Amino acid sequence: MKKLMLGNEAIARGLYEAGVNVVSSYPGTPSTEITEFAAKYDEIYCEWAPNEKVATEVAFGASLRGARSACAMKHVGLNVAADPLFTLSYTGVNGGLVIFVADDPAMHSSQNEQDSRHYAIAAKVPMLEPADSAEAKDFVKAAFALSEEYDTPVIIRMCTRIAHSQGAVELCEREERAIPAYEKNPQKYIMAPANAVRRHPFVEERTKKLAALGEVSPLNRVEMGGTEKGIICSGTCYQYVKEVFGDTVSVLKLGMVHPLPTKLIQDFASKVEQVYVIEELDGIIEQHLQSIGVPCIGKELFTPIGEYNQTSIRAAFGLPQPPFVSTDTPVPVRPPVMCAGCPHRGLFYTLAKHKITCLGDIGCYTLGSAAPLFALDSTLCMGASVSGLHGFNKAGGTDSAQKTVCVIGDSTFMHSGMTGLVNIAYNDSHSTVIILDNSITGMTGHQQNPTTGKTIKGDPALAVDLEALCHAIGIERVRVVDPYDLKACEEAVLEELAVDAPSVIISRRPCMLLKYVKAKPPVKVNEDKCVGCKMCMKLGCPAISMKNKKAHVDFTQCVGCDVCTQLCKVGAIEKGER
Amino acid sequence: METKNVMIVGVGGQGSLLASKLLGALLTNEGYDVKVSEVHGMSQRGGSVVTYVRFGDKVYSPVIAQGEADYIVSFEKIEAARYAQNLKQGGKIIVNSQMIDPMPVITGAAVYPADVLDELRAKGVFVDEIDALSLAQQAGNAKSVNIVLMGRLAKYFDIDRDKWIEAIKATVKPQFVDVNLKAFELGYSV
Repeated sequence: MKKLMLGNEAIARGLYEAGVNVVSSYPGTPSTEITEFAAKYDEIYCEWAPNEKVATEVAFGASLRGARSACAMKHVGLNVAADPLFTLSYTGVNGGLVIFVADDPAMHSSQNEQDSRHYAIAAKVPMLEPADSAEAKDFVKAAFALSEEYDTPVIIRMCTRIAHSQGAVELCEREERAIPAYEKNPQKYIMAPANAVRRHPFVEERTKKLAALGEVSPLNRVEMGGTEKGIICSGTCYQYVKEVFGDTVSVLKLGMVHPLPTKLIQDFASKVEQVYVIEELDGIIEQHLQSIGVPCIGKELFTPIGEYNQTSIRAAFGLPQPPFVSTDTPVPVRPPVMCAGCPHRGLFYTLAKHKITCLGDIGCYTLGSAAPLFALDSTLCMGASVSGLHGFNKAGGTDSAQKTVCVIGDSTFMHSGMTGLVNIAYNDSHSTVIILDNSITGMTGHQQNPTTGKTIKGDPALAVDLEALCHAIGIERVRVVDPYDLKACEEAVLEELAVDAPSVIISRRPCMLLKYVKAKPPVKVNEDKCVGCKMCMKLGCPAISMKNKKAHVDFTQCVGCDVCTQLCKVGAIEKGER
Repeated sequence: METKNVMIVGVGGQGSLLASKLLGALLTNEGYDVKVSEVHGMSQRGGSVVTYVRFGDKVYSPVIAQGEADYIVSFEKIEAARYAQNLKQGGKIIVNSQMIDPMPVITGAAVYPADVLDELRAKGVFVDEIDALSLAQQAGNAKSVNIVLMGRLAKYFDIDRDKWIEAIKATVKPQFVDVNLKAFELGYSV
C-alpha cells in the first residue's frame, strides 16, 4: 500500500518498521514531526526530553540495554548533543542507534545555516542523506542495519525540503526484535582513558570499513546519461538536478555522505568530460574530490548560502529560464508576527514602553524584536538569554542590572535556561529573569514539555513547578503576573528591576492557539470616540490597523484579549458582547 | 504527462496546509506521482506562507520555481502578487479578495497596494478574484476559506467533482464535513 507522507512521517514509519523501541527528542523545526509521528505508534516508546543532549543520552541508554533507539533534532540541536555524540562514536552501540538531524538551508525557521555533515566527519560516524520520503523510510532501516553491523551510531541528515515535502511511500510490516538479556561490558562502555585509547583505533578502522562499503553499497548509485557532464550530488540537490537535466547528464547520487567513496568517484569522473559537485551549504564533497585528485567545478559556481532550486541550477549552467511576469507595484513584505492575542505582547509592550534592555531567546517571543515593539537586544541560542544577562550585568554594574532583563520561554528555560539561573543565584547577580510561560512549546507547533503536565502522547505527567524550581535554585523573589494585565506587568517589572537581588518574573498565560483556550468575542472600535491617536497601534497586533484615520479591528483575527482596550485613553475600543 | 504545478499561498494561519493536504490526497487517488512541499515553524505566525503541489508521471523537485506554476491559489490579495513571478505563461491565478495588512502596513512603513491585481490583469495574466471569506461565512464557518478556494480550483481541473467530495470527506474532521462541502460547492458554482 502506498501513502503520501511527509519526509518526517516517512522517517517515523521507518522507525516503526525497523522495530525501534525508544525515541527521545527535543522539538526543533524542521525535525519535530519525526517524533510526533513516531508517537502515534503504540509499539514505540516516545518522549520529549528537556534538550537534545538528554535525548541522545536516553537513546544511548536504550541502546546499551539492547533496544533499537533514536533521537531527532534540528541542526543546532546537534550542537547541544555533540558531547554524547563524540564519545558514542567510541563506545559504539548494543542495539542500533540512529540520530536524525534536520538542516535548514535558507533558515526558514533557524538562527544559522550550519551544515551538519561537519559533525559526521568530526565525530567519525557514518551519515546517510535521503532525497525523498520513500528513501527516508528505506534509509532508516539501512541505518539500523549499519549501526549494528559496524558498531556505530548513524546520523541521518534531513533538510527542510525533504523533511517537509510529502511523497509516496510503500508501507511494510514492523519487524519486531526481542531485546536480549543485559550483559555488562565495561571495556566498551566505560570511556575512561584506559578503555578509550583502545576504542579510538577501532573507530579509525571502522571508518575505513565504512568507506569501503560506500564503494559498493546501493546507497550510492550512478545514473549514466551521456559523457559530457557528470554531476555528483545528494539529498534534495539530486531532485533539482534531475528536474533540470532529466536523463541528459550523468549523475552520481550519494546516499552515504560520510565517509565518502574514493574509487567510485574516480571511476565516475573518468567516464565524463567535466565533473560538477552540487551540494547546498558547504563544499564538503568538493573538498573530498580535491583530496583524492579529482578536478571538479563546485562552489565557484554554486553558492554556500541558502537553498538551491531548479532556477538556480539553470542559472549556474547558463540555461534558458521560463518566462515570467512580475509587478512593478512594490508588495510590502509580510514577516511572521506574534499572533493576535499572543500573551507575550503585553509583557513586551511594558519593556518597550520603559526602554528596558532585553536579552532574548529562541521561541515565538523572538518575534518581539520586530516593529513596532523592537523589544529585544539579542538572540543567540537556546538558554543564552539567562546566562547572557548575567554577563551583561557583571560588565555593566548596578546601573545595568536596573535597566536590563531577559526573556525566555517555559520550554527553553527547561532546555538550558535553568543552568544559567543557577549561575545567577551562585555568582551574586541582581539580574531579573522573565520566564514567558505560555504552557507549551509554541514556535515548533505546540509540543508538550516538562512544565505542561502532559506527555508527548497526551497522557498526564508530572509538571515541573517553575516557582518551586526557581526557589530551590536559590532565587527568593519569584512572582507570577498575567501578561494580559498591563498594570500588573508594569509593577512587576519595575519593582524587580529596582531591588538589589536576583529575581524571576513568570509571565503566565497559555498560548491562545491552544485548543483549550477559548477566544472571547472580538473587540470593536467605536468610531465616534476614536481620535486616531494610534496608541493601540504601538502593540503591533496584527488584528489592529488604521482605516480612514480610525483604528479598525479585524474580527477574523481578534480573540478579545483586551490588552488594547487598556491602552485606549478615550475608551474607544469596546469589549465585544459576552 | 508533463508535471503540473499548483502553488497555494497566503498568510500563516489561513489553513493553506489543509488545502494542500486535500489536493495531495485527491491527486494521489487519481494515480499521479505527487509531491507536496510545505514550510512549517516560524512562518506559521502570520507570515507569508507558500505550499507547492506538483503532480505528473514522475515528479523530482519538491519546489515550484520562477515561471513554472500552472495555478496560483492565493488566500489573500497581495500574496497573489508576491508570488506572481512563479506563474507560468498562460497560467491562472485564483485569488481571495480578502485583504490582510502585513505588519509594515500596520506600522505605517508601507502602503497596501490594493490595486495590484489590476496591474497583473493589464499584463495579460488570468486572474479569477472571488470573495472567499463571504462565501465561507455563508457556508457556516469563516475558516472554510481554504475549501471555498479549492472549490474554485476544481472548476479548472479535469477531475470529477465526486472525487473532490470524496477527498474532502477523507481529509477534514468529521464534524466539519458538512460546512466544508457547502464551502466547496459555493466556491465551485459562484
